[in-house]
Amino acid sequence: MAQIELDGINRIFQLGDSQVHALRDVSLRIEAGEYVAVMGPSGSGKSTLLNLLGLLDRPNAGHYRLEGRDVTTLSADEQAAVRSARIGFVFQSFHLVPRLTAAENVALPLMLAGIPPHERSRRVEQALKDFGLETRAHHRPEELSGGQRQRVAIARATIMRPAMLLADEPTGNLDRATGQEVTALLEELNAGGMTLIVVTHDPTMGERARRRVLMEDGAIQHDLRRETQPA
Amino acid sequence: MSPADTLRFATRAALGYPLRSALMVLAMSIGVAAVVMLTALGDGARRYVVEEFSALGANLLIVLPGRTETGGVNPGSFVSSTPRDLTNDDAAALLRLALVRRVAPLTVGNSEISVGGRLREVLVVGTSADYLDIRGFKVAGGQFLPREDFGRATAVAVIGETIRAELFGNQNAIGRMIRLGDRRLRVIGIMGPAGRGLGMNSDELVLVPVATAQAMFNTNALFRIMVETRDREALAPAQRQVEDLLRARRDGELDFTVITQDAVLGTFDRILGALTLGVAGIAAISLAVAGILVMNVMLVAVTQRTGEIGLLKALGASARAIRLAFLAEAGLLSLAGAVAGFALGHAGAWLIRLVFPALPAWPPDWAVATALGTALVTGLLFGVMPARRAAALDPVQALMKR
Repeated sequence: MAQIELDGINRIFQLGDSQVHALRDVSLRIEAGEYVAVMGPSGSGKSTLLNLLGLLDRPNAGHYRLEGRDVTTLSADEQAAVRSARIGFVFQSFHLVPRLTAAENVALPLMLAGIPPHERSRRVEQALKDFGLETRAHHRPEELSGGQRQRVAIARATIMRPAMLLADEPTGNLDRATGQEVTALLEELNAGGMTLIVVTHDPTMGERARRRVLMEDGAIQHDLRRETQPA
Repeated sequence: MSPADTLRFATRAALGYPLRSALMVLAMSIGVAAVVMLTALGDGARRYVVEEFSALGANLLIVLPGRTETGGVNPGSFVSSTPRDLTNDDAAALLRLALVRRVAPLTVGNSEISVGGRLREVLVVGTSADYLDIRGFKVAGGQFLPREDFGRATAVAVIGETIRAELFGNQNAIGRMIRLGDRRLRVIGIMGPAGRGLGMNSDELVLVPVATAQAMFNTNALFRIMVETRDREALAPAQRQVEDLLRARRDGELDFTVITQDAVLGTFDRILGALTLGVAGIAAISLAVAGILVMNVMLVAVTQRTGEIGLLKALGASARAIRLAFLAEAGLLSLAGAVAGFALGHAGAWLIRLVFPALPAWPPDWAVATALGTALVTGLLFGVMPARRAAALDPVQALMKR
């Protein structure tokens, strides 16, 4: 049993009179601990696929089994619970809450999950240390650099120790050096056993992934695996 | 999300947009302050009138000529159409009743008073010695009207402090002669200051024996008879005794009215109570307006924070958690507005008391409780719709908005 099993997923958007077929008959298996780059031109359905994988969206047809459990039929709140426990998100635009400090942003998932404050602060402190952010704990996002912001976002995404990390263009808003830094950080997490699925335009980042899923017109064109680890 | 976290999160959110939150708190506080202040004013007026009447003495019956009752046309209507006057003999008869302690007949009219070259118009009250105690007046100098038969027209007068000052200035007034209408009277006493009530200011009155006034105004009729009973419990039986006695004295006809002080007081109390309620109602409209403002502000907040809501959903927030967070924010802002308005209203009431010391302008407890309650309920009620809208947002769409 693979960690992620997609079978015959279709997603159709209604835009005015016309229908847009964002995903056509997508079937995909992803094992736990894999490093997958989803690539393709704009409008090829990569983001829709990622949203579906993250339970932010529902398919019009097909089945999504996450860790053996059919999650397409869950209620919105049950899906929220799955997101809280099993899925971490990293966004291109970071999506930090501007009025909260770095530490408070990292603590958000713990707070939403109802974890008591003393344990929360302990885990947040540890996470900030792990990501080299201990001196920035009480800074607001506007006082942080782009790389620091994305590190805060990654710390937030992983604080609940999810089974998989979904990253949508995580380096899209960063300069080259910072982007590599963030990529390295994500790969480190993947090396620790977390499934990493990255949507990216960046061919160099795609090159680094052990598996590349190339999409076009809502369908998977190629599914390439590389056997050897990148040097 | 635990309740404490929800509250903390909502507080941070409210503080994160200071101008927006301040404006909303201001609107809510003006609504609450309006209710508190206007009810303080209304209730102050009510208390003022009630106290004014209480100054009259608690166990008082007032007999008026005529019947204030509307009846149909019956044969009796054609026989006796005009009520018989109340007379001094009626008053004297009432004094013999067991439950009655004091009786003061009353005749009132306007006349001219003159001393030397000075002349002014005054209100002349013809009454008896008991009037002083019934009304709780004080004599500042000399003596009050002599205790004598109601029929004796002694040529004496007791004048108010203002009249004395205007006519005599610094000179001694007691023992001096004054001209009142076509009569010459001797001043035997000066009324003490600060006697007020029932629209008669004792400072500007001239009090003469009732028969003297009747002779002056050429009448036998009395304007009122004031009857003081032995105590408060005697009020109701005394009222019956007075009615029975007077009815017997006029061939069984009930062409007079006996009212108690309580009845008058109760009427005023009710009228002014209703007024206060009406004023509170008008002020409550501003609370409703504030409620709509709460909704507007919260809707803007939802739009402003669409990205944040999408993020919270992605991080695993349930719809309920998001709904509660926004509802808590609306509730907190309303609460802050209510508390600020409460303070503002009390400050306003304090200012009213400072400017009009006679008016006991304290907001009634029910009004304060209602205003605070209404503020909270409107805030929460109008917060429900924006909160539901936030919870229903599609996470993908919400995340795309920055």
